[in-house]
Amino acid sequence: MYSVTYHRASSVADAVKLVKKGEDAKFLSGGMTLLPAMKTRLAAPSDLVDLCHIADMKGIKVSGKNVTIGAGTTHGEVASNEKLKAVCAAFSDLAAHIGDPAVRHKGTIGGSIANNDPAADYPAALIALDATVVTNKREIAAAKFFTGLFETALKDDEIVTAVKFTAPAKAGYEKFRNPASRYAMTGVFVAKGKDDVRVAVTGAGEDGVFRSKEIEAALSKKFDASALEGVTVPAKNLMADIHASSDYRAALVVVMAKRAVAKANG
Amino acid sequence: MSDVSLVVNGRKVSGTVEDRTLLVHFLRENLELTGTHVGCDTSQCGACVVHVDGKAVKSCTMLAVQASGSEVTTIEGLANGADLHPVQVAFKENHGLQCGFCTPGMIMTTVDMITRHPEGLDETTVRHELEGNICRCTGYHNIVKSVLAASKTMAKGSKGKAKKAA
Repeated sequence: MYSVTYHRASSVADAVKLVKKGEDAKFLSGGMTLLPAMKTRLAAPSDLVDLCHIADMKGIKVSGKNVTIGAGTTHGEVASNEKLKAVCAAFSDLAAHIGDPAVRHKGTIGGSIANNDPAADYPAALIALDATVVTNKREIAAAKFFTGLFETALKDDEIVTAVKFTAPAKAGYEKFRNPASRYAMTGVFVAKGKDDVRVAVTGAGEDGVFRSKEIEAALSKKFDASALEGVTVPAKNLMADIHASSDYRAALVVVMAKRAVAKANG
Repeated sequence: MSDVSLVVNGRKVSGTVEDRTLLVHFLRENLELTGTHVGCDTSQCGACVVHVDGKAVKSCTMLAVQASGSEVTTIEGLANGADLHPVQVAFKENHGLQCGFCTPGMIMTTVDMITRHPEGLDETTVRHELEGNICRCTGYHNIVKSVLAASKTMAKGSKGKAKKAA
């Protein structure tokens, strides 16, 4: 790791002030991606502004169907929150399968979405749930927040402070893990709202998370795995690497969608 | 450079370190607590797992300055003098280790796991929970056995305590 200067922010305003001091300062949340990247010198920020001690950014609020999750909430807390489980078990289940227990104790939802790894799990949930990303400057619809591989709509001094969504009637998430990294090689989140079905895919798209119109159309007719028999999704714009071709990922999208629907229907 | 002060295994410690110093290096090199191991250095193997404020974390993926102000427990902090912790006993009795390199991390992960699952553990849960700890000797079978055995003895222990308290 190259030399770095550490700052501990006590509030969001303090963090914004601190990040402006450094030449190439970065916000640090759980550090589960940034620190490994720094250790291998793939990232070399001049300064780190630690957001983990900002009390306002922590915790989960559930009011009726409305869920607000502070950006500094860890995956472990999302996975084990009983109120959240009661209204949207799929979201907790997704968090319970990120990384491993030690990673879930440190990694945060805000850090994960701000990083927008194309194989991360949360982006699929946020798109399928039509969630809103709250920052220190504005509120951004999830669909406009994730803009490409590791790219988001965030400005340099903008901090994700919370995520909001309305719990759907039914939801489910299933992923096919890369056997080595355990990241989603394809992950599908399905959500059945009042009027529509939304399906988002992570781990497979060349530009990161996306909605699958084909799966949505089929599930809108009948929210059941049987509705996906014979349904195909185009392999165009899907990732191809040593782990899986784009055709293979296209097949995985359908299979994971079937499993996710089955889970959603319990 | 930054000053860090924390409580490690119940003892107040402090030091001045480069901001880039990882917690694991602070523990091993400054405090000479070499029970915590560095296996992969890429956050995958779990040999460096310690507890920070009661939660299992990978000390190779946390800066010492991040941990400043926290309470840290390492493998050296588990035993009570010559009396091994129930998880240590279970690993010993069930041959849950061979070369022993991953063992400190396995044991710290296990203690955390048992604490988070007071309802008890089954094999599937144990294997899922051990996802972040790699062992290249045992094939995990006896590690899983050790965890299940420790979970049972610790449940008995806490029931015993509850009875006494009542």
